[in-house]
Amino acid sequence: MIINHPLLGPRDAQEFTYLGDASMIHRPHWQAEDAIDQFHDYTYLRDNPAGSHRELWFHEQGDRSWLVVTRNTLTHEIEKVELASDVAKAEGRSR
Amino acid sequence: MTKDFRIKGGVVNRDKKLNFRFEGKAYEGYEGDTLASALLANGERVLARSFKYHRPRGVFSAGSEEPNALVTLREGAYQEPNVRATVTELYEGLVAKGQNYRGCLKHDLMAINDLMSPFLSAGFYYKTFMWPAVFWEKLYEPIIRKAAGLGELSMLEDPDAYDKGFLHCDLLMIGSGPSGLMAALAAGRAGLHVILTDEDFRMGGRLNAETQEVDGKAGHVWAEEVLSELEGMKNVRLLSRTTVYGAFDHGIFGALERVSDHKKEGSGDVRQILWRIYSKRSILAAGAIERSIAFGNNDRPGIMMAGAARAYANRYGVALGQNISVFTNNDDGWQTTRDLHAKGVNVAAIIDSRSSTSQTAPSGVETIMNTAVMDTKGRHGLNSITLTNGRTIKTDGLAVSGGWSPAVHLTCHQRGRPAWNEDLAAFLPGGDLPVGMSVVGSANGTMTLSACLNEGLNIANKVIEELGAKPSDLSVPKAEDETFATSAFWHVKESKKRAWVDLQNDVTAKDVKLSHQEGFRAVEHLKRYTTLGMATDQGKTSNMLGLAIMAEASGKTIPEVGTTMFRPPYSPVSLSALAGRSRGKEFRPTRLTPSHQWAEEQGAVFVEAGAWLRAQWYPKDGETHWRESVNREAKAVRESVGLCDVSTLGKIDVQGSDTAEFLNRIYANGFVKLPVGKTRYGIMLREDGMVMDDGTTARLAENHFLMTTTTANAVGVFRHMEFCKQCLWPDLDVQLISATEQYAQFAVAGPNSRKVLEKIVDKECDISNDAFPFMACGDITVCGGIKARLFRISFSGELAYEIAVPARYGDSLVRVLMDAGKEFNITPYGTEALNVLRIEKGHATGNELNGQSTALNLGMDRMVSRKKDFIGNVLYQRENLVREDALKLVGFKSVSPNQELLAGSHFIGVDKNNVQENDQGWMTSVCYSPNLESFIGLGYIKSGDSRMGERVRAVDLLSKTETLVEIVSPHFVDPEGSRLRD
Repeated sequence: MIINHPLLGPRDAQEFTYLGDASMIHRPHWQAEDAIDQFHDYTYLRDNPAGSHRELWFHEQGDRSWLVVTRNTLTHEIEKVELASDVAKAEGRSR
Repeated sequence: MTKDFRIKGGVVNRDKKLNFRFEGKAYEGYEGDTLASALLANGERVLARSFKYHRPRGVFSAGSEEPNALVTLREGAYQEPNVRATVTELYEGLVAKGQNYRGCLKHDLMAINDLMSPFLSAGFYYKTFMWPAVFWEKLYEPIIRKAAGLGELSMLEDPDAYDKGFLHCDLLMIGSGPSGLMAALAAGRAGLHVILTDEDFRMGGRLNAETQEVDGKAGHVWAEEVLSELEGMKNVRLLSRTTVYGAFDHGIFGALERVSDHKKEGSGDVRQILWRIYSKRSILAAGAIERSIAFGNNDRPGIMMAGAARAYANRYGVALGQNISVFTNNDDGWQTTRDLHAKGVNVAAIIDSRSSTSQTAPSGVETIMNTAVMDTKGRHGLNSITLTNGRTIKTDGLAVSGGWSPAVHLTCHQRGRPAWNEDLAAFLPGGDLPVGMSVVGSANGTMTLSACLNEGLNIANKVIEELGAKPSDLSVPKAEDETFATSAFWHVKESKKRAWVDLQNDVTAKDVKLSHQEGFRAVEHLKRYTTLGMATDQGKTSNMLGLAIMAEASGKTIPEVGTTMFRPPYSPVSLSALAGRSRGKEFRPTRLTPSHQWAEEQGAVFVEAGAWLRAQWYPKDGETHWRESVNREAKAVRESVGLCDVSTLGKIDVQGSDTAEFLNRIYANGFVKLPVGKTRYGIMLREDGMVMDDGTTARLAENHFLMTTTTANAVGVFRHMEFCKQCLWPDLDVQLISATEQYAQFAVAGPNSRKVLEKIVDKECDISNDAFPFMACGDITVCGGIKARLFRISFSGELAYEIAVPARYGDSLVRVLMDAGKEFNITPYGTEALNVLRIEKGHATGNELNGQSTALNLGMDRMVSRKKDFIGNVLYQRENLVREDALKLVGFKSVSPNQELLAGSHFIGVDKNNVQENDQGWMTSVCYSPNLESFIGLGYIKSGDSRMGERVRAVDLLSKTETLVEIVSPHFVDPEGSRLRD
């Protein structure tokens, strides 16, 4: 597969390591009342869609960017590639 | 005496004779021959023995689809089994032999299997070797293994070198027949970067095998001219002898180039190159593959595909026989008749299963319509055929055409499922093709020459425009469109004799019917039950027959039966090619420590730690057992001073104004208040609450920290920290960089360590106990101005330091330290002594940090902060992880000191049975402690910290041993920790 890195252009997927569902960006708050339940779901529950899937890839053999790659799990078509830090900020994460 | 079957014409170079040997006998061929064409020319008909029945087999095709003519090529370590003679380019000195026989090829003792064939039907193994179960390992398996397989491996290491390469292009052309050449020429002239591949050593595809003209000249001449123009273009790369074997994601293709397969062994060239080709577009022009017809005894040497017979005549100047006949269900067989007749080969008859045709046979050739071949005779080669009308015809060669199947394989490597075409009685490319792929020519069901040239040009021009280039004014050269009318005729039902479907795996029409009868009707079941299409040829000439016979048996249409999935590779790729240079010691890079060369000079024994090689121990003269060396090294550290390379530990340099806060969230214990110039031990958890890693982190400046990780987790921890920084807290001001390889780091440990260091540390750096106490860290200089870092940390529990210098000084530093330590008898120690020292102190390593242990298990619960957010803090508090009787890491001592302990033993009460319910934990690490003169260990046991002094049994059911052990503190040596503060 080829991942079109937002900073470096098209790169072979071999340069990356895969983590999984981009929902891992949304780490719950540790002091929430139901923190244990929230962290349980966050840590263990994943959607496994047949189709479009947002997932985290790490450019380990490259610039060490974490990317959010939107990939169709049926066709391997890559619909979108973003810097994970941009996505995280846009989705409300900060410090 | 062998006959000469060489006839006039062809494109072999008759000026260059080549000598070769087959089955020990010497032959001559010409440059441009394949092994198959040269053996056919010499009148050799039996080249192989079939897989199951050991039937004599000859050449069946003229390409990579060959099911029969598999031979063993070359000798000694170069020996390669199951090589298709039809694609083996002849070279001077070639040596080959037959395979899968006992005795000799012509008189195979295993041919007895043929007489047993009534018992060897589909599912024979499944039905026969069922019981008793005990017979499997001792009896059945050895017999089956002996009988299975075709050629044999040399069992020697492959002496050839194989490379991997990467290519990029605008357009990958797969196949160089008429449509492929036309497309490549259009794209080349339009300036696209083109790679043109063909599995053959001579490009041109069927143009080399046919007599049709292009642009008023012989097809192969036109092909030569186009190829020579393409060769002159800088933007075009020609790869002959290259099979594109797989279509992968996003326009990536795998291709195997046979660089020196056609040279004598030991040529010095790389043998093959496995290419990964990145393409913007691809055009598949792989042509079509002729298929057979199932009739009685259709597997004899001398029976060949009609298109192949034509190829041998037109390209190689070799006749299939001296008095041949043709059996066809379509117009193509008539072309073979005309071509061979024109070359002076006597054609006894053409037999067509259809009732009528527009075709005419040359004068003197008998035409028999509405008839089929029912049976054949001839033990080592065909000598007669019997027709459904009862007639027997003497003939020594039979060219069979069952129609052509487009080579759609690569179109299916992603998601494409081929679509049935009634007119061609064949599957065409269908469904989702690989991204960027178009198909042209007969691979696309375009079966005639002029149409192929047209399609090649049109599709290429479309691709050129899509890629933003301008098509050239190239026009299609003049050519004819031959007729290609065909009929769906697969199987001669009148045949009483076995009719082969899959020649390579010996699957007959009867086996297919049996599969249906026994309920294996889905096409994927049919394949696995009968092994149809599962041989090295993957059923290229036979799958369609199998499907058709299954359709017939089940009363369905062929598209209803469907087809099995085509998967890479298109044709076999050797493991050597897939491995490339990654074999033996080169399987992966080896990481060497900065002191490696020095350690080698000392005669160190090395151990692999991940990709690293670390010194395991340093044997001295007279030491006969590794433990003698290790005991000496471990004692030296406790008594005087030792030296160990610890450069392999991960080092992560962390900087930025939020670094302290960041590390505070990575580690379970606090780091915000760590003063500058101090080091702290930290444990980090995974989000699930388990310990991820541990190590020391030094605060070199207000916003500059240096973290160390374990050797094994260096990469994973770095990745995790980048994840936390970029995905969880993107606005924290933190920068990370791995510094593992930038620094050489040595532990100098033992009561005399400071004295050694003081001899090399520059005067202005005060490392006295007051100025540089336990856990201090800082920049220093050594040996007159060399920048270094010093950390007063201890894994051994002794007064100890770790000193780091830029990696390039590592070799010098170890020599300087050894020199300085001479008066204290400084002793280098390896990972084994390191392990002894840390077990004596109860320090955890990978054995304890196994991914299932928590800080509570490790006895470090008090370190875990409850007042801050950090990775793993919430799930660490889960009910079951903080239970009263949780496992605790404690020490264990043999009750009788000389009794050895075993890591992995489980703890069971003294008077309890060895059953799971009584399991209380397990031993994680053991060693012999020379300082305590006893075997000791660390392990997890339920509520261990409140059970000091209790005795349990350490039971190992694998080695059937048990040892009585006493639960003790894990801090065997200096439990107060006073030594490291001296």
